[in-house]
Amino acid sequence: MESALREIGKALAEQLPPLTRHAAAVESDRCLYCYDAPCTHACPTHIDIPRFIKKIASHNLRGSAETIFASNLLGATCARVCPVQELCEGACVLGSDHKPIAIGRLQRFAMDYAREHRSYPKVNVALTGKAIAVIGAGPAGLSCAGELAKLGHAVTIFEKRSMPGGLSTYGIIALREPVDIALEETRMIESLGVQIKTGIEFLVDNTLADLQRDFDAVVLSVGFGNTSGLGIEGEEGIVDGLQFIEASKTAPENLRVGRNVIVIGAGNTAVDCATIAHRLGAQRVIMVYRRTDREMTCYEHECDFARKEGIEFRFLSQPSRVVLENGLPVGLECLRVELGAPDSSGRPSPRPVANSEFVLAADQIVKAVGQNKPALTTLLGLKTLKGFIAVEDSFQTSLAGVYAIGDCVRASGAASTVMAVQDGKLAAAAIHRQLARTPDQVEVS
Amino acid sequence: MADLRINFAGIKSPNPFWLASAPPTNSGAQIHRAFEAGWGGAVWKTIGAPVLNVSNRYGAWHQGRQRMLAINNVELISDRPIEINLREIAEVKRAWPDRAVIVSAMVDSKPEAWREIVERIEDTGADGIELNYGCPHGMSERGMGSAVGQVPEYCERITRWVMEAATIPIIVKLTPNITNIVLPARAGVAAGANALSLINTINSIVGVDLDTLELTPSIGGKGGHGGYAGPAVKPIALNMLASLGTDEIVSKSGIPISGMGGIANWQDAAQFLLLGASSLQVCTAVMHYGFRIIEDLCDGLSNWMDEKGFKTIADVSGHSLHRVSEFKNFDLSYRAVAHIDAEKCIKCNLCYVACNDTAHQCIDLVSSQGALVEPLSYDVRSNGKHEAMETRPQPQIREEDCVGCRLCYNVCPVDNCIEMVEVSSGRSAVTWSELSQHHTQVTEDWETMKAYREKVGIHIH
Repeated sequence: MESALREIGKALAEQLPPLTRHAAAVESDRCLYCYDAPCTHACPTHIDIPRFIKKIASHNLRGSAETIFASNLLGATCARVCPVQELCEGACVLGSDHKPIAIGRLQRFAMDYAREHRSYPKVNVALTGKAIAVIGAGPAGLSCAGELAKLGHAVTIFEKRSMPGGLSTYGIIALREPVDIALEETRMIESLGVQIKTGIEFLVDNTLADLQRDFDAVVLSVGFGNTSGLGIEGEEGIVDGLQFIEASKTAPENLRVGRNVIVIGAGNTAVDCATIAHRLGAQRVIMVYRRTDREMTCYEHECDFARKEGIEFRFLSQPSRVVLENGLPVGLECLRVELGAPDSSGRPSPRPVANSEFVLAADQIVKAVGQNKPALTTLLGLKTLKGFIAVEDSFQTSLAGVYAIGDCVRASGAASTVMAVQDGKLAAAAIHRQLARTPDQVEVS
Repeated sequence: MADLRINFAGIKSPNPFWLASAPPTNSGAQIHRAFEAGWGGAVWKTIGAPVLNVSNRYGAWHQGRQRMLAINNVELISDRPIEINLREIAEVKRAWPDRAVIVSAMVDSKPEAWREIVERIEDTGADGIELNYGCPHGMSERGMGSAVGQVPEYCERITRWVMEAATIPIIVKLTPNITNIVLPARAGVAAGANALSLINTINSIVGVDLDTLELTPSIGGKGGHGGYAGPAVKPIALNMLASLGTDEIVSKSGIPISGMGGIANWQDAAQFLLLGASSLQVCTAVMHYGFRIIEDLCDGLSNWMDEKGFKTIADVSGHSLHRVSEFKNFDLSYRAVAHIDAEKCIKCNLCYVACNDTAHQCIDLVSSQGALVEPLSYDVRSNGKHEAMETRPQPQIREEDCVGCRLCYNVCPVDNCIEMVEVSSGRSAVTWSELSQHHTQVTEDWETMKAYREKVGIHIH
């Protein structure tokens, strides 16, 4: 058992080793120290990247970490999960002729230092006497709560799961971010005075009215809704992708992985599921997608990663039925697909070809075809935009004093951790401004 | 192929590169290896008065990843018994008749001491003697080394003692730790020295250790000034070399000069030659990379000479000296402005911040639509590589305001991206010297200066 656990640990160990002190020094010296740097612009939280890198070069690691935290309290997670190729590193001026600076790994180096030395941000202002409730302890909620705490507000986060961290804890595969990192980050937020109450589900264990009574503002950071269904026969035999990843992080020893695994979908979560299955012993992993590699929604580097792992792709195939034997899957029946005119997403619409059924053998089928829009909009009577919670520039919803951030408002832009962190930061600033305007504001020095 | 042979004050060597008197020339075994690698000559580590050394002798100046841009040392002259040194010198010279073997010497400032060391060195068959008037630490406390080099009268007197005794070429090695290096050089000339060499090391404290708060290097908790050498001192050495080449007394004497101070590659070597050196000495670069660097020193220099049409080292030596002048002789009407090649520019904005914060505020950031863009003015919600790169403004020189200071050219990390382009100022050539002669008032009175500027059209930003 112990050796099996060790094997799993090895298979799911953080993919990139930390930079050595020497490697970090070499890499940080390579940075040109651009002025008004494009990497900083490209970062949704606008971390002053040249500044934190030059502080690594000058061996001021405490200052480097402070520079990162000043713009992004979840720097440790972002250093690991950000699609840096699309953001900071993608904009590095050295990218055209040379190799861009390894910004993500340098950030992780500074964040590892902060974690090892407990060199965390502190609250340097007097308490305002204002209280704010945040629903959901994922990246957006943690960021918002931490920023509000730094401004002197009393913040309570209500989290329905047993552990805080949201997708950082449950949804990012351990290869990219181990659970410990995500949980330590939540402890850092708590060290700012934020209270995190887990196991409390909004609208089940409390009501909006309760919160509006006890708090000066309410922030919804509830993420997406449930995983979408496929609506096909035998769907009960399919494993949910997010649950599959969650099990690989929280209890990998109990995770059942098939020999022939099919993953339905072609987004980043689908790649993650395929990677987990592959790393935990599946002999063959096939990703089934109804369009082609040109339309895949995962980042290009994720797709490359999957191919390097040895994961196979089956394009232009639409699942039509799970073949079950004694309640267990033995194959996935698919229809061949032709691509038609662009649909509302701007991508060619998939048109299943009649009578083109074929069966792919599989003893485990995982689906990762996206999540539904947040469900609580109708319960709360919130205005929506494309099914997401509609918010103003200040992140205030159609209800005064109720704000929403993160994936639940992501009607446009990438649903990513770093975007969620920036939402939290901007919303905190807006809430702070709004609360300062309230006439009964207690004067603070 | 260029002829690299030199005849320096009668000392011949197959190429102009000699190891300078320093740790690399501490023993016969080392010099054998250096000659095997191809060095043209070696100046034996100074022999003379008895000494003892300390440990933790070398400090160094590193910049970023570049180690040892300069070295700093408190090592003294040779601590090996003088008889062993003399025996090895004789052995090396016998084994390498075509290489230059020069012996650096330093003894007490007494005529009999100098006479004795000269005679003992000549007995080895060495090709020449270099008088060490430069060592800035330890020996100077005992009235030797730079204590001599800093007083032209002492230089002259001791050199005369040596010249009386010597039958082989004598090189006077100068210290840079002096306000005007020309004076001790003239003293050497006056005493009849056969050649000069410069520079010795520069007084320096290389740093303080921020953990122990002790000086670097620490000798049992204490530290002090040591001799500074290596690539970082090259510009200082070049200036001192040129100041000898342009001094009437020194240059008219025709005395050859052996140049050193930070030569690390063939480009450095060529520059020392162009400013008047006719032999070259190297130390820090071999202490960093070993004797093997001689191959590219010769190869690179030879290829460059071929490209430029120089046939011999003598052709190169002093070739750029006529370009050395003084501010008062510069053309005040010459105008150059910076030009940024937008195709090559990577938009790091280092030129912008340097110009804007510290120079003359004549670089603009311009959007692709031609609008002026303030730095850091993008929307807080803007992000992603495409937005960052596509909306990134282009630094652009406002030519009419550019004073041609050349700071942007110096900070630009891209080769040949910023160029200094000569433009017409529309004014006829004039030097400060001419102004002060013909328009004295202009050079002495701000109001007259203002009127003059308005007349000729000089606009100060």
